[in-house]
Amino acid sequence: MVAKALFVPLAAKRGSEGAAPTVTVYFNDKPLKVPANTSLAAGLLAAGVTRFRNAPVSGTGRAPYCMMGVCYECLVEVDDVPSQQACLTRPQEGMRVRSMDDLPGLAFYDAEGRELPTPTKLFGEGK
Amino acid sequence: MSKNVKSAELEYDLVVVGAGPAGMAAAVRASQNKLRTLLLDEQPEVGGQIYRNITSVDARREEILGPDYSHGRTLATEVIAEAGKGSLTYWSNASAWQIDPEKTLHVLRDGRSSMVKAKAIIVATGAMERPFPVPGWTLPGVMTAGAGQILLKNAGLVPSTPVVLAGCGPLLYLIAAQYLRAGVAIKAILDTTAGTDWKLALRHARDLLTGWSYVRKGMGMLRAIKDAKVPFYRGVKGLRLEGEDALQRVRFSSGGREHTLDASVCLLHQGVVPNTQISWSLRAEHKWDEVQLCWTPVIDDWCQLSVPGIYTAGDGASIGGALVAALQGELAALGVMRQLQVKPAADLDRDGATIRAEIERHLAIRPYLNRQYRPSDEYRIPADETTVCRCEEVTAGSIREQVKLGCSGPNQTKSFSRCGMGPCQGRMCGLTVTEVIAKESGLTPQEVGYYRIRPPIKSVTLGQLAQIDE
Amino acid sequence: MNTSDVIIVGSGLQGLSTAVHLGRRGVRVTLIEAEYCGRHSSGVNAGGVRSLGRHLAEIPLSLAARDQIWHNLKDFIGHDGGFVRSGQLQVAENEADVIKSKERIALLESHGFTHEKWIGQEEVRELVPSISPHVVGGIWVKDDGYAYPYHVVTGFRLAAEQAGVVIHELTRVRTVKRENGLWHVECDGKRFQAPKLVNTAGAWSGELARQIGDEVPIKPDGLMLMVTQRVAPFVKPTLGAMGRALSFKQFANGTVVIGGSLRCDANPVQRYAPVDLSRMKKSAVTVTDLFPHLRNIQVVRAWGGVEGFMPDEIPVIGPSVASPDAFHAFGFSAHGFELSPIIGQIMADLVEHGKTSLPIHPFRVDRFTQQENS
Repeated sequence: MVAKALFVPLAAKRGSEGAAPTVTVYFNDKPLKVPANTSLAAGLLAAGVTRFRNAPVSGTGRAPYCMMGVCYECLVEVDDVPSQQACLTRPQEGMRVRSMDDLPGLAFYDAEGRELPTPTKLFGEGK
Repeated sequence: MSKNVKSAELEYDLVVVGAGPAGMAAAVRASQNKLRTLLLDEQPEVGGQIYRNITSVDARREEILGPDYSHGRTLATEVIAEAGKGSLTYWSNASAWQIDPEKTLHVLRDGRSSMVKAKAIIVATGAMERPFPVPGWTLPGVMTAGAGQILLKNAGLVPSTPVVLAGCGPLLYLIAAQYLRAGVAIKAILDTTAGTDWKLALRHARDLLTGWSYVRKGMGMLRAIKDAKVPFYRGVKGLRLEGEDALQRVRFSSGGREHTLDASVCLLHQGVVPNTQISWSLRAEHKWDEVQLCWTPVIDDWCQLSVPGIYTAGDGASIGGALVAALQGELAALGVMRQLQVKPAADLDRDGATIRAEIERHLAIRPYLNRQYRPSDEYRIPADETTVCRCEEVTAGSIREQVKLGCSGPNQTKSFSRCGMGPCQGRMCGLTVTEVIAKESGLTPQEVGYYRIRPPIKSVTLGQLAQIDE
Repeated sequence: MNTSDVIIVGSGLQGLSTAVHLGRRGVRVTLIEAEYCGRHSSGVNAGGVRSLGRHLAEIPLSLAARDQIWHNLKDFIGHDGGFVRSGQLQVAENEADVIKSKERIALLESHGFTHEKWIGQEEVRELVPSISPHVVGGIWVKDDGYAYPYHVVTGFRLAAEQAGVVIHELTRVRTVKRENGLWHVECDGKRFQAPKLVNTAGAWSGELARQIGDEVPIKPDGLMLMVTQRVAPFVKPTLGAMGRALSFKQFANGTVVIGGSLRCDANPVQRYAPVDLSRMKKSAVTVTDLFPHLRNIQVVRAWGGVEGFMPDEIPVIGPSVASPDAFHAFGFSAHGFELSPIIGQIMADLVEHGKTSLPIHPFRVDRFTQQENS
């Protein structure tokens, strides 16, 4: 969910700092410019992300709560690895980030042992 | 550190877990005394929470954050100096996922796990915000005051809309003052302390004078808030946060009236508590502190846990703030030196006594703060409908039902309802669950106990586990 | 002085099950427990309801437990304990595994047991589409499954209470002594007496057995398990492997519980087992070999516990040889969960009538001393 950002940069004091370096990450395939030297969680918040994942039991949206690695609310998938704490992750150029909307899924194989596309729900209710 | 070095060869005299003020002070002291020391922290830079970004923060931000912040610079500089000399090794972005009483650590760094052996360990993982369970606290846009500080220090980010600050404790006023200095609009401050706390505070007048510098800081902050004419509500009860997919409204009662405020960001804070995840996982002895309303690990004069050779210092031992944390870090380092017999015991005893006296001086203000800002029962032992376990969405009412069914402790409610089994492994719900069960069953929190904490302290993947060296 | 007809020591599932069966027959039961009901193996095991892979001697008991009680648990204790009839599959990964599997099935069939069936690679793929293509077949038992251990414990406890059983938790038995036709049980100041005594004290049964007069070579040891974060449903059957130790199941909530006979140290005196997750590397390798895409899934928690192991890895079930009116059910060597509902029936039969219709001779308490003498 990308909407109006909950957090915005401090108005820079004139002349006291140049433009902070940024990198481009992809959030659910959408390119976002985020500050390079802060956490991915901070960067996503500043870029307007308000839903990092869905809580597994109720499906309701969650976003960072503590920003220091204790609450585990900021879990996102980073470069195909699920459940990474965005507040402890540094954004890298080209990083592929996905919100954890559903539970992480596994690949399946057909009769010839070839990988099939990853389904997220196999048996109906997974929750 | 070369990736070719085999895990089993990583051996240190001292491993310090956590590079906040306590960890930095301990590592520097140990390294200066020629102990082969490893300092590790899961953040990309030293500083912990209170000295976040201390090595790279800009002038404008430092102006906003205030003079206390600069204390951290000295420590960080010393760490960098010692690391440069080679007697101190510093691992950033490193999380210890298992620590054994035999003083072996398993550390995840760059996606790989290393095994490290130590003769002594200092756990300096600091504090965390006390959980603040109110209806709606899981909504996006609801965060802790600490989170607000981190966004400010770390990323120079401030709320985009007028922010509601709710709770109690000096850190709430600190962020308020910092926001005001930064020109951020504050919608309101909701003070959740009970009305009687002022009277309790007077009992500690003597302590007040000894800790005068801390009190002045607090009074200065309160004045700034008053002068800015921020709407201030006292004795806030029935706090609830509402919204469709994210926070939209804050409801509460104060002064006998109901209030509703529109807000997209609400920062909650009712004090900090020791992060005891590692000390519990070591099966170290803990005591329920009825004044601080939290668990504190039992330590001796040298900050050693009930597990020999493992020490804890800083807010992870007991809340005392940054200066006390640094002193405790030094004290623990002396304890390690005593254990390893690197200096005459008499010298260490003398230095230790000096440090302990200074710690006492700084702690003088604590009883006042504890009484003044004692979080009220309502926000520690919440109403039935309130989510207690955020990860698994277990409510306080559900816990109470389980107690009625015969679950007499947190491990039973955990097995029964998954409360505490989510990714955070009980960090956000543990204190609440202990107190809810205690109140419901008529036992003391000490009797009720806490979750059995087991590794991994921080998650590790099956793939990483499959690759560790044996 | 607390008096009743039967005293049961240990309220894991063996004790609870015995209490339920006896209580419902109108027998006055006192159940004594050192900590809280189901504190150890019974409450925190991997939850497998498994007849697959059992020792021949256990098979009749296991099938009886499963077919008569597990499949109708809700009727039996008023709660289904989360039981799911997922089936259990023991995979064969190579030719050696295939041979061993088929030999086992032949052995069982020669004894009249047909519940274990060989299935080939295609059928395995149908059952578990996400398993690594290298798996060539397996032994399949479709009526096995899994349940939530602590829910089962709670269900049995409530049923016991309903049947009039009096449970004393936080009460540690120190001594038992037989005098004038009564068993006298002493527990740190509390005293109980009853004509009959049942020893279901789990990993701590050895000392109790000794006081009853039966020397038994039970050894407490530690066992470890781990659980992952929630994952989208990818496997229904509970899994084992013929060629390597594995216990693997995905619960309805998406978490995957992984075991594999991984032993750790045990501290029976302090009643815990310190878990060393790094020692579960072997299990992680097995799991990622079978499901390569699980390699990025987080292990959220590991735990360990104290369990009682017998040298031949089958339990002691039966009357005391040394003393009258004393009965044992312990030493389940990490696979007692599934048997427990029928164990209680067996014990109730022994206590009431001195005999039971199920074959328990292989489990006799003196089978080790008999071997010594022969």
